Amino acid sequence: MPRIGVFVCHCGENIAGTVDTAAVARAAAEFPGVVHSVDYKYMCSDPGQNLIKQAIREKKLTGVVVAACSPRMHEPTFRRACAEAGLNPFLCEMANLREHCSWVHERTAATTEKAIDLVRILVEKVKRNRPLYPINVPITRTALVLGGGIAGIQAALDIANAGHKVILVERQASIGGHMAQLSETFPTLDCSQCILTPRMVEVAQHPNITLYTYSELERLEGFIGNFRAVIRKKARSIDETACTGCGACIQKCPTKKIPSEFNAQLGMRTAIYVPFPQAVPNKPVIDREHCVYFKTGRCKLCERVCPAKAIRYDQEDMLIEVNVGAVVAATGYEVKGPDFFPEYGYGQYKDVITGLQFERLASASGPTQGVIRRPSDGAVPQTVVFVACAGSRDPAKGLNYCSKICCMYTAKHAMLYRHKVHEGRAYVFYMDIRAGGKMYEEFVRRAIEEDQVNYIRGRVSRIYERNGKLIVKGVDTLLNSRPVEIEADLVVLATAMVPQPDAEQLAQRMKVSYDEYGFLAEAHPKLRPVEMNTAGIFVAGACQAPKDIPESVAQASGAASKVIALFSKEELSREPLVAVVNRCAPPEYSTCIGCFLCESACPYQAIEREEIRTRDGKLIKTVAKVNQGVCQGCGTCVALCRSKSIDLQGFTNEQVFAELIAV
Amino acid sequence: MAAFEPKIVAFVCNWCTYAGADLTGTSRIKYAPNVRMIRLPCTGRIDFMLILQAFGQGADGVIVSGCHPGDCHYTAGNYHARRRWILFRRLLDFLGVDLRRIHFAWVSAAEGAKWAELVNEVAATIRELGPYDTFPKRLACRPEAVEVA
Repeated sequence: MPRIGVFVCHCGENIAGTVDTAAVARAAAEFPGVVHSVDYKYMCSDPGQNLIKQAIREKKLTGVVVAACSPRMHEPTFRRACAEAGLNPFLCEMANLREHCSWVHERTAATTEKAIDLVRILVEKVKRNRPLYPINVPITRTALVLGGGIAGIQAALDIANAGHKVILVERQASIGGHMAQLSETFPTLDCSQCILTPRMVEVAQHPNITLYTYSELERLEGFIGNFRAVIRKKARSIDETACTGCGACIQKCPTKKIPSEFNAQLGMRTAIYVPFPQAVPNKPVIDREHCVYFKTGRCKLCERVCPAKAIRYDQEDMLIEVNVGAVVAATGYEVKGPDFFPEYGYGQYKDVITGLQFERLASASGPTQGVIRRPSDGAVPQTVVFVACAGSRDPAKGLNYCSKICCMYTAKHAMLYRHKVHEGRAYVFYMDIRAGGKMYEEFVRRAIEEDQVNYIRGRVSRIYERNGKLIVKGVDTLLNSRPVEIEADLVVLATAMVPQPDAEQLAQRMKVSYDEYGFLAEAHPKLRPVEMNTAGIFVAGACQAPKDIPESVAQASGAASKVIALFSKEELSREPLVAVVNRCAPPEYSTCIGCFLCESACPYQAIEREEIRTRDGKLIKTVAKVNQGVCQGCGTCVALCRSKSIDLQGFTNEQVFAELIAV
Repeated sequence: MAAFEPKIVAFVCNWCTYAGADLTGTSRIKYAPNVRMIRLPCTGRIDFMLILQAFGQGADGVIVSGCHPGDCHYTAGNYHARRRWILFRRLLDFLGVDLRRIHFAWVSAAEGAKWAELVNEVAATIRELGPYDTFPKRLACRPEAVEVA
């Protein structure tokens, strides 16, 4: 027989002011199964909690209903109190007499009647509650970091420095990402490579980090603490252990005119190449698409000159399987090709370039060694026009969102240009200047005031060529919308930041959500900014939304600390409010008929298939099984189950039907 | 005889509507006391047998409310609920259940005022419709069928 205790709280006057709490306690005492019913001024206070604990001990209660505020407020408090008195915490329920009753109704008989009903509903429920115990799942204390840009590097280093193993996977031949391509960084103008390359080396040398470059995530299975990832290590055509990185092969390679990805197509590279001189690892890769040997079967010059005999033409992609406990997605961004603005002439005029290309022009390691020369004829441009928001904040032709970094890097570009070409004129067309950030506004003011960059508020309508000059037609909206026409030598478009072209496929592979643009969707925009809705997967950097370096690094450290917190225990303890498939004695074993409708409905892929076999291995039936590490307890499967074989702990059919009968 | 006061059962999800109704409380917005809320983790958990059972137990109206589409705490539970409802309502109609007594709504955790409005509106509608004594009782299981612990 159940022995239920009911504890009605006055919450000072909050409940007692509208509800006749004494009457509620008296009524509850008459409910079948209730052996103890009292009311008290403040149940959540120490004396109040002691009242509950004492009753549990003295009256040997098998269930407790606290009729007080919302369970979202004090359920943990009262469950803890029950646990301290030796009652399983899941045998405690709360009737919400405050938020759902006393605060929203007048002091009438109907209000007290409702309060009594609410208590009765929960009494009927708690009678059918079963003791539940936290679910413990083991944790593989190794993290998988996807993407070797600054976000991935930061996350990997933070996790590795905390003493955990990290597997860092980078798609390109070198880590470094976009930050390695940048010349100087705003707002300090310190050299990007100077601050990044030591970090890259640290990653390569860290004893806790295993680095897979030229590799991609092929598959991800499993759940928090227990993922199994398959990494495709693409054929580099080089034996990485033998290669010393001397570069003899690169010097001799006959195919020298391949547009360099690192230099944003402004420079050339060979078919066997390292992306840039400071690459980590500094081991070349053969671009099979362009290599003469792979195209014609002849050449092998690199093999002949390689002193370490490290060339492997027959190397194949390798699939590496790893077990990890957490994943950090830091796959970064791409800049949108400005091809959606044909009127700006990108692709048509060589001297209309993207911001990323300008970075390479301004970089000391770039194709022009940092001298600003325009791509068409190598002349130093005397007038440069920077067009902000090329594609961003443009619902009509581009993307709705603000790419966030363009205002700052455009100011930086204009400033760098003015520092390098003293007599040159720099113009910036902008919609608004968004310079929120530490020292950001000051930086933009410096560009305008000290470096005399001409800021024109208005958009550019068209760019075309006339007599060897690029004519930029725009409008100055601060001067009565006067049309402006500038004869420029070079035009730099601050093109929108977009997710990697295959971001959606990656998200699907990891079973995480993404937004309409393809940016990965964090679990909560305010309160869970580095977690994904799939437990154990975290996000950092620009793959989540456009952001600059400091923000990417901050988010990466945030994601890393989440991983470290997860790894701080050997086992993960979870609330047991999960679905279970019933099991019973032979010959049924389970009423599950194996239709696996639940499998198709589960948003978390928590349904597994379990084969029930006889002792000699003969298959009796295949039934559904819930992976308790993955299940989040939504109960969608329960509502869908045809044979009513799956139930949700804490909200079982029996409990909810009983609640209804009490209504 | 006292005026008819309907009994309304509300099936709400824990994350949006339950929290929204909490907000109604903290905002001290008054509404009709006719509603009894059943807290579930998600609208996706709502087996439609529960709705029939509510009517079988004498409810005159039912509210089903969860997170707005796209906002589900469990990613897609409310979509499941919505899809199921689209199919189920035709079946209910066929079985002779008065569809005017079932209200499907989305109330987020920020919509305390909306919850109060919803309850008042439904209470007014059901009050006008009168007691639901024509519900085909055979559609719900009898209370005795539920095992008492």
